[in-house]
Amino acid sequence: MVDGRSLVTRKMGARLWLSGGWLVLLALAALFAPWISPQDPLAQDIFASRLPPFWQSGAEPGFPLGTDSLGRDVLSRMIHGARVALGVALIAGTLTCLVGASLGLIAGYFRGWPDLVISRFIDIWMAFPPVLFSILLIAVLGTGLTSIIIAIVVIDWTRFARVIRAEAIGQGAMDYVVSAQVAGRKRFDTMIREVLPNVLPTIVVLLTLEMGIAVIIEAILSFVNLSISTDQPTWGGMISEGRISIHQAWWVLIFPLVSLFLTVLSFSQLGEGLKDRFDPVLR
Amino acid sequence: MTPFLQISNLNVTLGQTHPILRSVDLTLSEGETRGLVGESGAGKSMIGKAILGTLPSALRVRSGEIVLDGEDLQRLADKDRRRVIGAKAALIPQDPLTALNPSKRIGVQITNRLVDILGWRRKAAEARAIELLDEVHIPNPDRVMRAYPHELSGGMRQRILIAAAFAAEPKLIIADEPTTALDVTAQKQVLKLIHEMQQRHGTSLLFVTHDLGVVSKICQSLTVLYSGLVLESTGVDEFFATPRHAYSRALLQATPKYTDPDASLTPVPDPVIEATQREVQMFDRKQAHV
Repeated sequence: MVDGRSLVTRKMGARLWLSGGWLVLLALAALFAPWISPQDPLAQDIFASRLPPFWQSGAEPGFPLGTDSLGRDVLSRMIHGARVALGVALIAGTLTCLVGASLGLIAGYFRGWPDLVISRFIDIWMAFPPVLFSILLIAVLGTGLTSIIIAIVVIDWTRFARVIRAEAIGQGAMDYVVSAQVAGRKRFDTMIREVLPNVLPTIVVLLTLEMGIAVIIEAILSFVNLSISTDQPTWGGMISEGRISIHQAWWVLIFPLVSLFLTVLSFSQLGEGLKDRFDPVLR
Repeated sequence: MTPFLQISNLNVTLGQTHPILRSVDLTLSEGETRGLVGESGAGKSMIGKAILGTLPSALRVRSGEIVLDGEDLQRLADKDRRRVIGAKAALIPQDPLTALNPSKRIGVQITNRLVDILGWRRKAAEARAIELLDEVHIPNPDRVMRAYPHELSGGMRQRILIAAAFAAEPKLIIADEPTTALDVTAQKQVLKLIHEMQQRHGTSLLFVTHDLGVVSKICQSLTVLYSGLVLESTGVDEFFATPRHAYSRALLQATPKYTDPDASLTPVPDPVIEATQREVQMFDRKQAHV
């Protein structure tokens, strides 16, 4: 039994460390982007266009991951792109979580008319195709980082609201909630102090998932040129540009794609790992 | 002696009209243990919930009084009612698995109530909690105070719930089938414990159960409920000697006897159920004409 448990812990630990490690690396890159990127991410050089990555013949020192069709350094653009990706992940993810989880908790715990109103909103929201909805929103709000964050919150709060509502309904039916009420606790108090700690593990998992999703949404919007201005490199923008020259210079597309993939994966794995840490039953 | 808890003419309905409790009268003196028996769906638990103000949101108290220690709960504002109930009454819930908050340590769950609602100092509340855990025969109370609910067995958790119920020295405890979720050995211990604690603290106890054997052991009086209607309310000795209502007699015959464990049990006969159902219908008709 002892062995089984420690094995499980070790496996969970590896997951947590690997995903956390990648995200820390990314955060450092984003923080110190101007100092660590080998080139100016915007500097164009027609004579150094489509240079291959360092292990292929024809590579040039100073451009370790090659250059795109305008001669811009891929690695530097990726490092700068991490700023947008992480910024959007953290801010949009957290805001979406706050809005969605609060509404879900209120709907699930209080039931009655608040639940009726919130649930109908969720139903209506989920009927919109999310990508079209986001493009429409950006069209109305205009491009820019703030618009993207607002769009993500407006589109994705239902993801939290739905799941947290269901969890809160389940927890609300437990006897400990009744006991708290009998002991004289106010209903709102009970929600915050008794129910919330029990849905917190789920909120954490959803939050990290949402951060991954926010990265994807930003990339999608960049891909269709609706993200922020073109003088700020983004992974989505790089993927979009790389797509055109995929047969001549695969590296322009593949490197940002891989880091996008790793980032989204890391966020979801981080969430799972944290949940295991948080949950008193699994701990 | 004036009763500590007096319920008179309590009507609870589901939605607008469907009756759940039909003009229930019930009294409980200080230190008295009253059993509340009836089959599933008879409304036993709903009486307890009506007293504590935790009825499901679909149910409404239509009329009637619930007087707890001289205060008519129905007439109090929400805030005052919470205060009165919090100070004077407590609940021993049915399912020990869901009645403790899984994300909080046992100690906090016992002391919170003393600290938050009754304004105790945390140190004093902790000392009291350890004393209570000791009183309900929990070994290593210090260690248990720091444990999470999932680390303890069902019987242990039920004993902790009993300790928590007695923590604020309430005058009334409502035990809602506290032994249903336990195995037979744990049941016996928990029953003995509740009885012991109730005797020591002089608490009034409303014991909701469908087990007449339990009633005969720890209650002084009992109320038989069928479909939300009180059929019989009497002392335990009188009840087991000469049950007045036909349904009560049938219930008694359906209970295994310790003196004759091999005797075959008689299920409640259909004519008795039909007669009782007619009685309920008659009651409703009479109510409609008033």
